[in-house]
Amino acid sequence: MNRFVLPVIIFLLLAGVLYVGVVHSPDKSTMVSALLGKPAPAFELRMLGDPARGTFSSQRFAGRPWVLNVWGTWCAACRDEHPVLLDIAKQNRLPIVGLDWRDDDEDAMRWLTQLGNPYTVVVVDSEGRTAIDFGVYGAPETFFIDAEGVVQYRHVGAMTMEVWEREFVGRIPHSVSP
Amino acid sequence: MIPELGHFALILALVLTAAQAVFGLAGAHRRDDRWQAAVRPAVAGQFVLTSTAIGALVWSFVNFDFSVLYVASNSNSALPTFYRVAALWGAHEGSLLLWAWILSLWTLAVAVFSRNLPPTFASRVMGVLGIVSFGFLLFALVTSNPFERIIPSPADGRDLNPVLQDPALAIHPPLLYTGYVGFAVAYAFACAAMLEGKLDQTWARWTRPWTTIAWCFLSVGIALGSWWAYYELGWGGYWFWDPVENASFMPWLAGTALIHSLAVTEKRGLFKSWTLLLAILAFSLSLLGTFLVRSGVLVSVHSFAADPARGKFILWSLVVMIGGALTLYSLRAHTLKSNAGFEGTSRDAFLLYNNILLVIATVVVFIGTLAPLVNDALGMGSISIGQGWFTSIFPWIALGLVGLVAVGIHAAWKRGRLGESSRRIWLSLAIGLVLGAIVVYGAYGPGKWLSLVGIIFGLWLIASSLFDPIDRWRRKLTLSRAIVGMTIAHVGLGVCVIAISTVESYTVERDVALGPGETLALGRYAYRFEKIDPVEGPNYDGVRAQVTVLRDGQPVTVLYPEKRNYWVQRSTMTEAGIESRWNMDLFAALGEDLGAGRWSVRAQLRPLIDYVWLAAGLMALGGGIAASDRRYRLKNEATETAPAPNTAGAT
Amino acid sequence: MNTRGIWLAAICASVLLARVASAIDITLLPNEAQQQRYEALTHEIRCMQCMNNSIADSPVGLAADLRRDVREMIIAGKTDDEIRAYMVQRYGNVILFNPPLTSSTAWVWATPLVALIGGIVVAIVIVRRRGRLVADDDTPVDEETPR
Repeated sequence: MNRFVLPVIIFLLLAGVLYVGVVHSPDKSTMVSALLGKPAPAFELRMLGDPARGTFSSQRFAGRPWVLNVWGTWCAACRDEHPVLLDIAKQNRLPIVGLDWRDDDEDAMRWLTQLGNPYTVVVVDSEGRTAIDFGVYGAPETFFIDAEGVVQYRHVGAMTMEVWEREFVGRIPHSVSP
Repeated sequence: MIPELGHFALILALVLTAAQAVFGLAGAHRRDDRWQAAVRPAVAGQFVLTSTAIGALVWSFVNFDFSVLYVASNSNSALPTFYRVAALWGAHEGSLLLWAWILSLWTLAVAVFSRNLPPTFASRVMGVLGIVSFGFLLFALVTSNPFERIIPSPADGRDLNPVLQDPALAIHPPLLYTGYVGFAVAYAFACAAMLEGKLDQTWARWTRPWTTIAWCFLSVGIALGSWWAYYELGWGGYWFWDPVENASFMPWLAGTALIHSLAVTEKRGLFKSWTLLLAILAFSLSLLGTFLVRSGVLVSVHSFAADPARGKFILWSLVVMIGGALTLYSLRAHTLKSNAGFEGTSRDAFLLYNNILLVIATVVVFIGTLAPLVNDALGMGSISIGQGWFTSIFPWIALGLVGLVAVGIHAAWKRGRLGESSRRIWLSLAIGLVLGAIVVYGAYGPGKWLSLVGIIFGLWLIASSLFDPIDRWRRKLTLSRAIVGMTIAHVGLGVCVIAISTVESYTVERDVALGPGETLALGRYAYRFEKIDPVEGPNYDGVRAQVTVLRDGQPVTVLYPEKRNYWVQRSTMTEAGIESRWNMDLFAALGEDLGAGRWSVRAQLRPLIDYVWLAAGLMALGGGIAASDRRYRLKNEATETAPAPNTAGAT
Repeated sequence: MNTRGIWLAAICASVLLARVASAIDITLLPNEAQQQRYEALTHEIRCMQCMNNSIADSPVGLAADLRRDVREMIIAGKTDDEIRAYMVQRYGNVILFNPPLTSSTAWVWATPLVALIGGIVVAIVIVRRRGRLVADDDTPVDEETPR
């Protein structure tokens, strides 16, 4: 009789493991950024639009917190989050850098003209190198970078007001003025 | 109105499954003839109601009823009719309804074909199936109602995931589910036997055809999924050891062990507790697969939208159904010992080794799939297991299995007497060695040595399997369907091993940048990129390239790989251009637009790849033929070994 | 089935099969060794968008970009370990497919071995026991159909 009890015991142990898995699963639906607590990768990229406008360097915001939003016109969820970004931009709390990822310049400019432009500045990452440096794996992604240039939070998926208030606004030091 | 009708039908079906379960199990236990007589009508009623529910959902899809949330999420006004129907199982809620409907179909089949079984036994089988149905319908109604409305209804739907807009989609899930769910019948037969307290050779004979047919469907379902992934999902890959693929492979492995174990139990009355355990295991793995795909516990290419609430519900049903069956097992299995003996080289022994290896294979896939989960649950850090782990272990097990079949097929029951067949065994091995060496060194050139071994073993198996049937045929002896089916299935296994060994070693693959007029040379073949044109479909637009394939400088065919943008979901799909020749596939897929008319192209020559899926078809064909063997269709078996129905089911 | 027939069949089969194209290498990288490193590495790195495909097997843009990075790093002379570190630094351990052999993953590698040994033990025990039973058992088994 003893060895026939083994299967049910093994099964119950497995069920326990699966239960823990289920409980943890909401945390696993998106990847945790490998850059949390590490300095944000430096970049210098061409700005969207007239080439004469030159490049933008990530050092420009040294000493103050800022937001990086990775997007593309080919991305459905980016369109979904766009109104939220516009509302966030109206709050004028933090500069938002738009990283136009693997996109076409004309499409991007048309999109911003049609839908509105929430970004303080838009840079073009047509080869995807900067996105890879940031560990981006799917648009849209939004990063909070603090005044020391350290990545403190990454949100994967369409931005919501709730996430903005909870994760981004909460991290703004009180001394920062818009 | 129609969706509400469907919803109501589903609720009624739930009630009837409860009745089915109660009348079946309690009726058998109490020996109450009236209660037992109510079971089949309950089954029929449940089938009609579930069919009504699924019919209502199909109606909603075909008629563009976007007020139904599920339809709005998975369909679109531009979606062709064929896919509107197939969209039914495109996401969680609908596919769950499909599961429940297929289960009611299997239960109906059991009700119809079980009239020659002892009444209490049949009632118990249907009662257990009633419990399973109840669980699934409850799950659907409580957490995954496909008939939920969305008010106000959107003007148009979100479209079916473009990945799923493909003919193979229409057949893959239903066939796969028919396999998965079919193992519930074996599970029910096992539970009924445990409840009766009796399991004999007759029981095995009843259970075999049901199990074999479910296994056939599962084999075809898995093969279709692999084929579909080949030309739709990946970039010419056909198996990724993805958790969802593994979730279907594990029941198949356990199911294979089960049908072989049933053979021993039927013939010799041995391995009874093994067979029981395997029957529970096969269905448990089906249920586990369902859990893994829908609970968000594992990340995968095609897992459904994650929802922990659903995960917990399924987990509880798992505990009830599997835990319950295994508890029964722990109480009853010890009474099933038999005193028959066999030698180490007997057929019985070979089937034992075979089953041990299959169980090990199942364990390997299981560990590889669930290790990340286990490590996470036990706080041991996060790991990920990729293809490399599986491909370094699995081929060895497969070779072991093939070798066992090649030899064991000649072993006699009980006393082996392999000496009488040793000539055949050695001769088939010689054939394998010679042909294998010729094929590899003559035709393909040196490759991975493991592939050489695989090809030799596969050829050995085929030759070995064909010896006896051909011999019997020449001597005009009877060739039962059981033997014919078994031979075909084993030959299928050999073909599969040869095909996989070949394609893994001799695939030629290059990613290159090509512009119009530019050519890529691949051995005797060459791919010439002619041009690229815009293309438009009912719900997509994109580009289509024209690639001429040349052999020895002469054009032999043209491939048309496409890259499509589906408007509604704004996602991009690559449609490979594939031409299947008798001995290889010519494959081309578009990568990136590199500007100035140049594109990155993935070109592949895939030798023998179609035989991988053909082999699965052979295995299913063999199983089907074997399951239709005369002895399963004889009607008057009811009282052969069963004691008088009114004696208590003593152990 | 006589031996001559088998040899004939073997020769026919080999003639038919000999006409299959054999593989000729076309390198994308300057040399063969680098090409092999590239193939191996791109199969080890997970496509983060299609989770269970390697970047070698994934058609999405991110995979193409990562493959390009691997190619550039190989040409620039980086070692395999440096390339893996580059990936892990950006995406975490999950981007690599093969679990490193550490104390927390040892059990994963050990289990198939344990299962195999267990299987052999079970087989030996059962065959011994049944062998003893058959020695005293002369009842015939219906051999007409092997099943």
